[in-house]
Amino acid sequence: MNGAWLLLDLVLVPMILAAALCAVGARAQFTGIVFYIVYGLLLALAWVRLGAENVALAEAAIGAGLTGVLLLGALARLPAAAPAEPGADGSPGTALRLAAAILCAALALGLGAAVLALPEPAPGLADVAAAHLPATGLGNPVTAVLLVWRGYDTLLEVVVLLLALLGVWSLTPDPLWGGVPGPRHRTRPEGVLVFLGRVLPPAGLLVGAHVFWAGADRPGGAFQAGTILAAVWLLAIMAGLTDAPAVRGLALRLVLVGGPAVFLGVGLAGLATAGAFLGYPPDFVKPLVVLVEAALTLSIAVTLGLLVAGAPERPPR
Amino acid sequence: MPWVVMAVALPFAGMLLALPLGRHAHRLAWAVLPSGLAVSVLLVVQVWRGGETVAYAIGGFAPPLGIALRADGLSALLVLTTALVVCATGLFALAEFRPPSAEREARASVLFWPLLFALWGALNAAFLGGDLFNLYVALELLTLAAVPLVSLEGKPETFAAALRYLLFALLGSVLYLVGVALLYGAYGTLDIALLAGAARSEPAAWAAGALMTAGLLAKTALFPLHLWLPPAHAGAPAAASAVLSGLVVKASFYLLVRLWFDALPAVAHPEAATLLAALGTAAILFGSVLALRQERLKLAVAYSTMAQLGYLFLMFPLTGGPTEAQPWSAGAWNGGILHAISHAFAKSAMFLAAGLILEAVGHDRIAGLGGIGRALPMTVFAFGLAGLSLMGLPPSGGFIAKWLLVTTALASGQWWWAVPMLAGGLLAAGYVFRVLNPALAGADEPVALRRPVPRRRQAIPLVLALLSVLLGLLPLGPYRLLWVGRPTAAEEGLG
Repeated sequence: MNGAWLLLDLVLVPMILAAALCAVGARAQFTGIVFYIVYGLLLALAWVRLGAENVALAEAAIGAGLTGVLLLGALARLPAAAPAEPGADGSPGTALRLAAAILCAALALGLGAAVLALPEPAPGLADVAAAHLPATGLGNPVTAVLLVWRGYDTLLEVVVLLLALLGVWSLTPDPLWGGVPGPRHRTRPEGVLVFLGRVLPPAGLLVGAHVFWAGADRPGGAFQAGTILAAVWLLAIMAGLTDAPAVRGLALRLVLVGGPAVFLGVGLAGLATAGAFLGYPPDFVKPLVVLVEAALTLSIAVTLGLLVAGAPERPPR
Repeated sequence: MPWVVMAVALPFAGMLLALPLGRHAHRLAWAVLPSGLAVSVLLVVQVWRGGETVAYAIGGFAPPLGIALRADGLSALLVLTTALVVCATGLFALAEFRPPSAEREARASVLFWPLLFALWGALNAAFLGGDLFNLYVALELLTLAAVPLVSLEGKPETFAAALRYLLFALLGSVLYLVGVALLYGAYGTLDIALLAGAARSEPAAWAAGALMTAGLLAKTALFPLHLWLPPAHAGAPAAASAVLSGLVVKASFYLLVRLWFDALPAVAHPEAATLLAALGTAAILFGSVLALRQERLKLAVAYSTMAQLGYLFLMFPLTGGPTEAQPWSAGAWNGGILHAISHAFAKSAMFLAAGLILEAVGHDRIAGLGGIGRALPMTVFAFGLAGLSLMGLPPSGGFIAKWLLVTTALASGQWWWAVPMLAGGLLAAGYVFRVLNPALAGADEPVALRRPVPRRRQAIPLVLALLSVLLGLLPLGPYRLLWVGRPTAAEEGLG
């Protein structure tokens, strides 16, 4: 059995390196992006091999999926231009590129040496986490880390996500403020995109809801589920079956702030009920975690979808 | 009430309320600004009265499993400085970021308030965090709240400045995060206090320290990683520039201080401290000379930030060492911190004053500002007072800070660090008087004001400038507070 896994690793590792090199070295930007997406998917497999299924889910959904869509969207807006020759139009010359390559290689070697010098087995908090897990009533230690022990990090992370969306919105031309993000997608009614847009969303919604619900005890959770729901939503938008919402809508803004607001509210309530900010009363850990995750899933899905949709491009209806 | 928690939670609650409020968001300032200031004052009182670091385990989970917030004298003082500067700039911005009419909302006024509140929360999270990964999240919050503020006016050149800022800041974040991962891999904890006990001088800790330092330097805009700062800080709306230049760059500097003095003092090497101070020296000289050569007022003020940040890095070799015989031990430590605080007040005052001048005259070309002192006396006076602190003239916070740093340099026999500090003071006098002289002299044709500036708006930069001067008159207060929970490395030196 070990031999088969070793064989898989021996194939996987060179493929990851090759995909990374192709992504960086590709002359055409489109090729580079495609290899970047391939790289993300292979990396997700590597995370599975390392036993980190939660990370694998996030890597595949966000690292390869959403980031890939964003990069392709950015490429579509760039003026089509041939890759510049080194040194032309102010881009760095060969000597500078060479110096950068040497310094990067030295950094990589230094990092490699530092990683190899790390103690084995790695000191970590896995045992401490395992010992404290039963007290939470949750089965998935990752969820316990994200929502219970280090919930403060997660609370701030969802605010980071919201801030990123505000940053995208800040690029709106003033007359279009409050309007609808992205172009109105028009597709042939009998086309494959519309077909997928009708067939996939029910299954996607089900998978998203499952990943959210399973997150308490098995790999999954608000971030992964939110990404899946966002993907389903984006597919429906791109197929022209629905349209992105206008950013001035009060309901939309309430959904966006809902996740972090519920989390912050539960955290502040913890001051009274559990004696600590972001603490949970012992018998209510799981219900409160599920409540917070539900609100977070919705907020994350809408935020990610709108991040991909971009700044408003059409006036409010 | 755990004030240390409220100092972070309250601004973020304000941010989450501001977005749905839309065109009414500016009204929220009247609730969030005073209550945030009150929480900061209460936190300072708590630390002062208790005389020891206030630690708070979030959720009741003690590190290493959970995250701790810690407020020692330094954190409390910076939280209070932040609250004062944010409140002043918030009041200043009320006139600018409000809806154009009762029915319509405008992009800049809807976004400014959530961004400002988030920036406040992020600064407090950075000053109070006791966990290296959590501090990474605080850094990300800072970056993503600060960058949109740079291009909030929507001018094409500010988009380029904001994008450059974003690239530098994200590179800094990645380097910091790699360092955090290495430290966790080596010692199995992210808590600063636990890490201090575990870290040893070995390759993983060296690599982590180097990467995190490089990342934080990019965010602090220390020479030669300063390229993003002048266009970003000069192009932002005045209220945003004041917070960005006065506070945001100090947060990454503060984390650098925490990293070396609290988490990794055993790993620090005197040569590394010398390198940081050498870069700081270069920043003082280059930044000051570049500030002298600017045509536009806001750019000159932005380059002055680059120079003044350089002083902070002289703390590293000067702290500790043979200074025990000084009237105040750890003079360089106090001097560096006091410089960061007095610069926060002085620089935010300067940017707000420059913003008022730009608003009133319609341009900020230094050559065209002759006689502006007669038209806007209060604003030009505030600019001059803030300049006093930058030059390091008594009585001002800047004077005490630079005096402490210079005397430490001389007392510890490292006189060569005193040279750039004194030269920087002279150069600062140059770029301040280059603005003040024509402004106060009578011009043949006094500048015509496009529109009058109400006195109560002019008073805001004046109050900030007075605060930076006041620090020089009441130096003993901050000292007693700074003494609470001061790391031993601050007295014994690094390495």
